[in-house]
Amino acid sequence: MTPDKDEDNKEEMVEIFVMGKRYEVPKGLTIMTALEYAGYKFTRGCGCRGGFCGACSTVYRTEDEYKLKMDLACQTAVEDGMFLVQLPFMPAVREAYDIEEVDPEEHDNVLLDYYPEVARCVSCNTCTKACPQDIEVMDYVQAALRGDIERTAELSFDCIQCGLCSIRCPADIKHYHMAQMARRIHAKYNQPESDELAKRVEEIEKGEYDEEMEKLVNMEKEKLKKRYDERDIKEEG
Amino acid sequence: MEKGYLYYPGCTLKTKASDYEDSAMKVMEKLGEPLVEMDDWYCCGAVQSLSEDDIMNQIAPIRTMCCAQEQGEDTVVTLCDMCYNVLRQANDRMKDKEDDLETMNDFLTEDPDYKGNVEVYHLFHILENMKDEIEDAVEHTLDDLVVAPYYGCMLLRPDNVAVDETEDPEIMEDLLELLGLKVLENPKRTECCGSYHTVNRSDIVEKRVEDIVSHAVNEGAEAIVLSCPLCQFNLDFNQRATEFDVPVFYITELMALAFGLDIEMKNHKIDPRSLLKEKGVLE
Repeated sequence: MTPDKDEDNKEEMVEIFVMGKRYEVPKGLTIMTALEYAGYKFTRGCGCRGGFCGACSTVYRTEDEYKLKMDLACQTAVEDGMFLVQLPFMPAVREAYDIEEVDPEEHDNVLLDYYPEVARCVSCNTCTKACPQDIEVMDYVQAALRGDIERTAELSFDCIQCGLCSIRCPADIKHYHMAQMARRIHAKYNQPESDELAKRVEEIEKGEYDEEMEKLVNMEKEKLKKRYDERDIKEEG
Repeated sequence: MEKGYLYYPGCTLKTKASDYEDSAMKVMEKLGEPLVEMDDWYCCGAVQSLSEDDIMNQIAPIRTMCCAQEQGEDTVVTLCDMCYNVLRQANDRMKDKEDDLETMNDFLTEDPDYKGNVEVYHLFHILENMKDEIEDAVEHTLDDLVVAPYYGCMLLRPDNVAVDETEDPEIMEDLLELLGLKVLENPKRTECCGSYHTVNRSDIVEKRVEDIVSHAVNEGAEAIVLSCPLCQFNLDFNQRATEFDVPVFYITELMALAFGLDIEMKNHKIDPRSLLKEKGVLE
């Protein structure tokens, strides 16, 4: 799409550079919509558009700043003089494990057993600076190092698995995968089981929701959208 | 801090060496100078990086110095010999080399500058100045027990960070005698336990352990006393490859027992309880 040349709108435009090429895009767009405005179509590096899925992690810099910045493209507004690129995929290793076999009581440090590179942390804090969720990433890595699964799980709770921490880490730690393992272990071994969940799984297995599910699957798209928009979200409590 | 000392635990004190932390906390509480854990602390790095141009590996220990500074303290006390060695060497380097400190602070732009005003001490530094208090706190002396003190490397080398004379240390012997123990002269006390070779060359560690423990036993030792968690692990765990079965205590465990305090002693591979019962220390 050619940049909008309309004089009335000109003040509302900002200048961005996508992989070095200059574009003018309307002010107020997110990085993601600005790239689309400029004519790019996402096949990867784009997900929920709501800041939850972590698929659209992005690296950019601004004109007057020597530091690289990291954010989610769907949550960050474009600024004048931004240099942008979209990351399609994060190739970090994720270890396979059987949740039944990672009882923390039976390992010295189960997180280190699966992610030994955690011990290479030099406390540079680059991971924390990279995190678009403002998580204290270095602190949870340090907690993992000292075998504190609960603290690792709690500090990393808001992680959306975007992987920016790991792409910046000089020690090649896979923070987000390790922390996900910590949360799973914490849920499985340290926290009480949820009666509600067990009850709901039983209901599902009995087929109590099959009819309703069938209805949804076969519903016309427009009707389904309307139903989604009008859904009743009950408060927790 | 009005009373006590700001305490840097290090990772091992929270896991394998929890017996050391447990007993040291109780001992210092009893002596009226409790150890107060830092609000924030980070892994020391475990091995001091010796290369001159490597600032990256100094960040972890210096970040901990910053934590102490931001807590308004100028003293940090460690229990672990390796943490002591690494923190102390990194801290001294920042004090000695202005350029390194400047580079460090340039890197830590989001954090407050480290001003280089924090001092690192080992628990021994504190205990050697509290001999009267220790004598007063002893409730029953451990007269019947014969022990061999063991220093290893990290307390004594390099000599600019040594807690005592590198070749002929006495600091541990002096403290142990206050508890009434029979303290042997141990010629192997400053030799290396094999250190991190325990990870992938346990044969080396087993040889070292055989050598160290056999000498102690020949002299009549019933137990070995030390303060380094890695030495403790190597000497305790790797005795399985030898004919010996000698309990390996942290010095604060014996101190706590002499003070009449209950301690956990839950990570010993060679259970010291039967020896302690035999000697009338435990019921």
